[in-house]
This record gives sequence, C-alpha cells and structure tokens, in this order.
Amino acid sequence: MAMSRRDFEILNHTADVGIIARGTDMKEVFANAARGMFSIITRLDDIAESLHTDIGLTAPDEEGLLVAWLNELIYLFDTENIIFKRFVITELDSTHLKARAYGDRVDSTKHRLKIGIKAATYHMLKIEKNGGCQAQVLFDI
Amino acid sequence: MTAPWRDVVRKIDDYRWEIPTGYKPGMVVPGLIFANEDMLHHIWEEQAIQQVANVAFLPGIIGHSLAMPDIHWGYGFPIGGVAGIRVDDGVVSPGGVGFDINCGVRLLRTNLTGEEVKPLIEKLINELYDNVPSGLGSTGKLRVSQGELDTVVVKGSRWAVEKGYGEAEDIAVTEESGAIEGANPDKVSAKAKKRGIPQLGTLGSGNHFLEVEVVDKIYDHDTARAMGINSTGQVLVLIHTGSRGFGHQVCSDYVALLGDAVKRYGINLPDRQLACAPIKSAEGQDYLAAMACAANYAWTNRQCITHWVRESFIKVLGKSRRQLGLEQIYDVTHNIAKIEQHRVNGQEYTLCVHRKGATRALPAGHPALPPVYQDIGQPILIPGDMGRCSYIAVGTETAMKETFGSTCHGAGRLQSRAAAKRSLRGIDIARSLAARGITVKAGSMASLAEEASEAYKDVSDVVDITHNAGISLKVARAVPIGVIKG
Repeated sequence: MAMSRRDFEILNHTADVGIIARGTDMKEVFANAARGMFSIITRLDDIAESLHTDIGLTAPDEEGLLVAWLNELIYLFDTENIIFKRFVITELDSTHLKARAYGDRVDSTKHRLKIGIKAATYHMLKIEKNGGCQAQVLFDI
Repeated sequence: MTAPWRDVVRKIDDYRWEIPTGYKPGMVVPGLIFANEDMLHHIWEEQAIQQVANVAFLPGIIGHSLAMPDIHWGYGFPIGGVAGIRVDDGVVSPGGVGFDINCGVRLLRTNLTGEEVKPLIEKLINELYDNVPSGLGSTGKLRVSQGELDTVVVKGSRWAVEKGYGEAEDIAVTEESGAIEGANPDKVSAKAKKRGIPQLGTLGSGNHFLEVEVVDKIYDHDTARAMGINSTGQVLVLIHTGSRGFGHQVCSDYVALLGDAVKRYGINLPDRQLACAPIKSAEGQDYLAAMACAANYAWTNRQCITHWVRESFIKVLGKSRRQLGLEQIYDVTHNIAKIEQHRVNGQEYTLCVHRKGATRALPAGHPALPPVYQDIGQPILIPGDMGRCSYIAVGTETAMKETFGSTCHGAGRLQSRAAAKRSLRGIDIARSLAARGITVKAGSMASLAEEASEAYKDVSDVVDITHNAGISLKVARAVPIGVIKG
C-alpha cells in the first residue's frame, strides 16, 4: 500500500458516499476518516479552530469503534452545530479511544453546508493493515 | 450486451425474476425481484441482487426476499426491499427499516385548479419556504422539552392535532392513525432525543421535499373520485419527509446494540449492517419500541408541516380553509417494520414485515383501512423526482398474496449524488425547471443537482411494473408546478 497517497479519498456510490482513509497507524486513519467525513459536509479550509471537544468511546471491536467514532462526531455536529477539522487521537486500541477534536460552530455566513450525513455504516466497512493502515467507510446521506 | 445476471435470476414472467436459494449458500428462501429486463442490468451492476440474497439469510424469513422495481443498493437491505419474518422464531433488523425511520409521504387535495394557482406560485412557494423550516442544519419552530418529546413520540399525530396543528380528520387517513403502538421513550437514547428536539417540525435535506402539483392524468376515475380527485387540473400538495436526526440516531444506536446480539444468539449474517435480534428477545422488543417512537416522531413532523401548508395557502390565496379544500388524502410510511397478519401457502402467520423503501398496499375490504377507503383499497403515494411526476395508486389482493401487501415507493436512484452534482449544475436545473413552469426553492444549489431527474430511474417505468404485475394499480398522475427542497 503506497502511503504517499492522499490522507483520504471520497468514494461515490449510487445511493450514497464513502471514504478511504489512510495513515501510518490506526490513530492517523481514525483522524483522517473524520477529516474525510467532514470534507463531505463542507469545505474544511473555511473552518477555524475556535473550540475543541474531548471524546472518549468504547466499542466491542475496532470496526465498531471506527463507526462509533464517526457517529459520535455526526451527533456533535447535529446537536452542537460544530464542524470539526482537526483530530488528535491520544489513546487508541481495538476497543477504546480518546481524542480531542478541533473546529468551529456552523455560521451560515461563513460556511456552506453541502451534504448532511445521517450515519456511518458497517456496510463494506474494511480495515486493512499492510505496512500502512487504511479504512473504508460508507455513509448514509 | 453481456448479462451475467441471466445465470443467476430465473425469469417467471416479464415483471418477476426469481433468485434461487442455490445462488448463495445460507439463503433460507428464494429472492423475487419485480423489474423489467432493462432494470435488471442496473440492479446487477450495483450488486443489489446480492443484497436481496443477503436478506434471504435472516432467520424466520418466509415466502421470498422481495425487491420492488425501484430497488437500488442500500445498507444491509436494498432500498425497495421487503421481508416478511415470522414473529415466533424470526428476527427484526434495523437495517431492514433504514436510518430514516418512517420516511413517508402525505398528500393533500385542494379545490383549486392549476390555472388559479400558477399566477401565484412564486409567492406561494416563498411563503411555504418561510413557513416550513427546511435544509441542512435547520431547526424547527416548535420548542418542546424532553418530557414533552416523550409524549410526542408516544402520541404521534394526535399530539400535533391536540396542539392545534391539523385536524382529527387527518389522523383517520394516516397509516396506523399516525401512531404505531408499543412506543416506549425509555428505549430511546438521550442522544436521539437531543438530536430530535430541535428538528421537530422540519422538512430536512437530502431527498426530502414539499411539492405543489397538478393532476394531469386520471387512470381510474371512480377510484380517484373516492379520494376526492375529481378532474385533471386539480391542485395537490405532497409532503415527503421522515424522522430526521431522531430516527437516524435510533438506527445507529440499535445497529450497534444488535451487532452484539447477533453474536450472543449465534446468528450467521453475510453483512454486519444486517445486524438483528430475535423479535421475541429483549433486544428485538427494545428496537421495536424505539422504532415506534421514531415512526411517531415522523408522523408528528408531517402533521405539523401539513398545518403550515394550510396556513400558507390561506394567506397567499386569500381564501378560507373550507374554500381551499386542503383535506388529507392519505399518509404512508415507506421505511418501517410492522407486525401484521399474512397468509402464506394457505397458513396464517404473524409476521414482522420490513419495508425499506417500499409502501404498504392493502386491498379493498382490509380491516386496517379507514371506512372511506374500504371500497377502493389503500391509497399509495409514489413521489417521483422534482422534474417529473408522482403517482397515486391503490393496493390489491395480488399484493397481499405475493408481497405481504407491499409495492414500490418512488423512483430509485441511478446516479450517485456526487456524480449527479458533477454532471449537473443546480443553477442550470433551476433554470430548466423554470422553463417548464416549475418554480423551485432549494436550501442549496448543490442539493438541487443531487436530486435532479437525471439521477433517478423514471418513476413511470417503476409504477408501470407494479401496475402490470398487479401489486398496485394506477389511479392518477400529477406533475409539479412548485417545489421546496431542503
């Protein structure tokens, strides 16, 4: 797996949209997956880092943890109106995660929202560790 | 053209194609797709046939794993998928309902003609746009506390009518009378409630819309009259929305919870998104209680929007509610799991019928129908897309025999949202719709492009198949003159 490729890329599927996130380790993959997801919602260049939120999660396995992580961020976007653009994963193993997410509150005069994401799904979810790491996640939009 | 699907599906007639159980080891029942040959190419390419086969793995599934002609690739279940699963020994799967629980359609009729409304359509669409909160991140005009939300999700439409949003007559012509039984707010997470509170009474974004339309074709005059559709030119209003973030969170929560249950109960699944639990287990019952809350939230949502539609018409047209008509024809859900009685191979079963992107289609005389529709069968509301048309149909005995009383729900996507956006520009779409006499107001031009006609199968092709197969019969067709998109 060539790690020189982009941190994430967007996949298009008939009904919906997904991402492939890459990294040298799973912490980077989790961070890049979140960045990829928010890049679907809006242009990340327009987002300031005016606030941060600490997130702690547990799940039964690594795949479940990735879905839970992305769904937690969607929940925060939906309820707190925060767009996140940078993520520091401080702790990660296959069942628990601690992270700090940096971003800004949605301001319709500054941010143009493109697509709403209902949820991250398990469908065709893939985590590969082969030298580097990568994950594929599809979203329901 | 090569057609690899020919080796997989067996033609029954021009509209029915069977996937034998031998296709994938683990299928409990065969699959049955309602489609024509042209559609099968596309269905195969996007692997929706695989998904129909995967659903056939679910414990307790009976008859066929069904797909309506608007089938397209979904999560776990395909969109357009229907499964009847025995309550006694079967499972319930949140993926068989979808993230937008009780996404559905409500149709209102008016005493107005297109000629009367067209000169005012811009004003009307602007008024509707101001009155019905829509778009990504929009919040509602309703302010409910968490305690009040718990009442909303138990009472459904009735809550809205008691608060002055709409009329008791609306409830009589809403599927399940606007509230499914067994709703228990204790089974809904605090997160779902937090997402739900600000979004109650909003149209949302994505494929949700509100449309002012004109009847342009009547196929069955007697049946149309029974629904209050008397002639071509009559103006109707269609509302298409669901349970918003509340439903999305309920689905996410239970896919995760039931993912654990799958392991505990030793259920073998080909796709983790099909996560499920025995209907009679605590986990299965909890999901059904939470799903009912989301369904009731969605009915409340459409009920409140109905009220604002009436207010907008009264203001712009300068007529009274009685003069305008604006009575509800019907309200259907097309993302739901319901406990129903069905006869399969001569035997009565209590089934949990999953309809994901499929509409209930009860025949005349069915006890679940209100008196007004006892003689004609259940009205079925099939929205097309912005630029084309929508259909009104009725349910049939054939649907009861073959599809657990189900039919199609809409057009079904052909293009990804991103592909549609790349190839079509929102501004051009607004112009070309305007040239055809359709006024559009959308939260964003990108969302307009995603939902353009070119991204969808022609709803007429879909409805013709269900009509010719006999699982629902066409009654009337309507074309849009004004649309609000989130």
